[in-house]
Amino acid sequence: MTNGSRTTPDAALKILVIEEDPVRSAILEAGLREAGFLNVTLLGNATGLLEQVYRADPEVILIGLENPSRDVLEQMFQVSRIVRRPIAMFVDQSDASTTAAAIDAGVSAYIVDGLKKERMKHILDLCISRFNAFSRLQDELDRAKSALEARKVIDRAKGILMKLKNLSEEEAYALLRKTAMNEKRKIADVAQSVITAAELLK
Amino acid sequence: MTGRDAKLRIGFIPLADAAALIVAADRGFTAAEGLDVELVREVSWSNVRDKLNIGLFDAAHLIAPIAIASSLGIGHVKVPIIAPFGLGVNGNAITVSPALYAAIKAEADGDILDPMVSARALKRVVERRKAKGEEPLALGMTFPFSTHNYHIRFWMAAGGVDPDEDVRLVVLPPPYMVDSLASGHVDGFCVGAPWNSVAVDLGIGVILHFVCEILERAMEKLLAVRAGWAEENPDVLLRLVRAHRKAAAFIEDEANREEVAAILSAPNRIDVASILAVPNRPDVAAEVIRRTLDGRMKVAPDGTVRTDKRYLLVGRDRAARPDARQTAWLYAQMVRWGQAPLSQELLAVAKGVVRPDLYDAALPGQETSSANEPADGIGAFAGPKFDASDIAGHLAHWPIKRTLG
Repeated sequence: MTNGSRTTPDAALKILVIEEDPVRSAILEAGLREAGFLNVTLLGNATGLLEQVYRADPEVILIGLENPSRDVLEQMFQVSRIVRRPIAMFVDQSDASTTAAAIDAGVSAYIVDGLKKERMKHILDLCISRFNAFSRLQDELDRAKSALEARKVIDRAKGILMKLKNLSEEEAYALLRKTAMNEKRKIADVAQSVITAAELLK
Repeated sequence: MTGRDAKLRIGFIPLADAAALIVAADRGFTAAEGLDVELVREVSWSNVRDKLNIGLFDAAHLIAPIAIASSLGIGHVKVPIIAPFGLGVNGNAITVSPALYAAIKAEADGDILDPMVSARALKRVVERRKAKGEEPLALGMTFPFSTHNYHIRFWMAAGGVDPDEDVRLVVLPPPYMVDSLASGHVDGFCVGAPWNSVAVDLGIGVILHFVCEILERAMEKLLAVRAGWAEENPDVLLRLVRAHRKAAAFIEDEANREEVAAILSAPNRIDVASILAVPNRPDVAAEVIRRTLDGRMKVAPDGTVRTDKRYLLVGRDRAARPDARQTAWLYAQMVRWGQAPLSQELLAVAKGVVRPDLYDAALPGQETSSANEPADGIGAFAGPKFDASDIAGHLAHWPIKRTLG
């Protein structure tokens, strides 16, 4: 923000975010605000979409690529006399790398005719990096979760082996690891087989 | 791209008329042509179109009007699309809630199976609601540039209902139609199979008309590719057509029905139960798909069955060879409803979307006409015969329209 007391064009730009996932939506909003876009409206569900879009009167609409409401939006732009007619960001195919990155991140954007391309690219790049960061976080979380699960399974299998074969904890783990290497499987998978077998033999 | 084992990504929407695509890929017809096809299921037509347009898909299951709109550059970016193969003719139906069905029936002055009788009855229902100050009826269709939009408009307008003034037409992606009827968000819809049957099975809908009762022959889905891609991959394209012709013939052979229904209702294909959000969803995908292919439709929750062999044509009666009279008719509807201006240039583009010449090149010696076709190729239940060389005349017949300028 460089213009002192005057509002920057970015601050005034009306952006509507249609996103069902509250986490994705919050991340995007925070990112947009940090970048100086202050006029951001969030829309969580698609009921009464037309009325909501009309009320927000956005210059930019950001919507997840896999959101089925995209078809509904497109009709709105076709038939409605009250909504200004944004056009899909994909219209501009000159920037293939942004388009590809947007699709990777699952973002699509509709912009009202006449909005400067550079400003739109700025917004879209921002969405892409935020969404990518979000999915990285999600991946890490999923990995951490599954590591924890694997740990639990291995501990249970160790316990079973210790009891049945009268092994020490180290020996039980070594047996699991050796079997996994021989069978080219994950230790957790072998451990799961041990548990399943033990359940069957109960 | 030359040689064997060309890799192709093809997008589709879970609908019965994706049958040839799914069977071609999942039963090895594409592999036999040296094509390694990955099918990708999508939720919205916007996604299918965008991913085809920007090259993420090599080919797509596309409603014919989107291929035309994309080639004309209306409503969206202009990307020339061509279709050497038709995935389905007919297959749509108009389904209404039991309450709307009862209201239409009460107003009918003849056999409600006659689309003119039902359309006029709808007109009286609409007027009655208006007089009582009730909300207009909301009816679902799949996309602004969709056969469903034009079919439901053609039907109601013939009975005097103005689709833009008298009712509210709302877009809903096909897999969301049934949930929306169940929640009362819409009073009816026009959609492809199997979604009409699913609504009937859930007891929340009555099939009012098969679209083949409104138009004897209506081009529905195309196997669409970018014109540029077709030029770069002529050999792959011909192989794709051959694989799909074989798949279509396999589907139409009644001896294979059981197997086809099983292939289509598999996970990530048209497994209805996994897609619906309504409670007590029926796990009857194979059953429902089988009924669709047989044209033996349960039309009401009480079990009433109506049979029409023309319900959905996949390759029978020359359905797979795309017909330019059909794209001309669809373009005429775009003009009628104010989506496109009328010009000879645009008409020529619309007709050029379909490429029966490529179909013939891939399949020399195949039938090029069928005895079961209506004289004008369309066979509408009302109005004059369709003549692609006189679209202005076609439009002049209809008082209800939104033609531009």
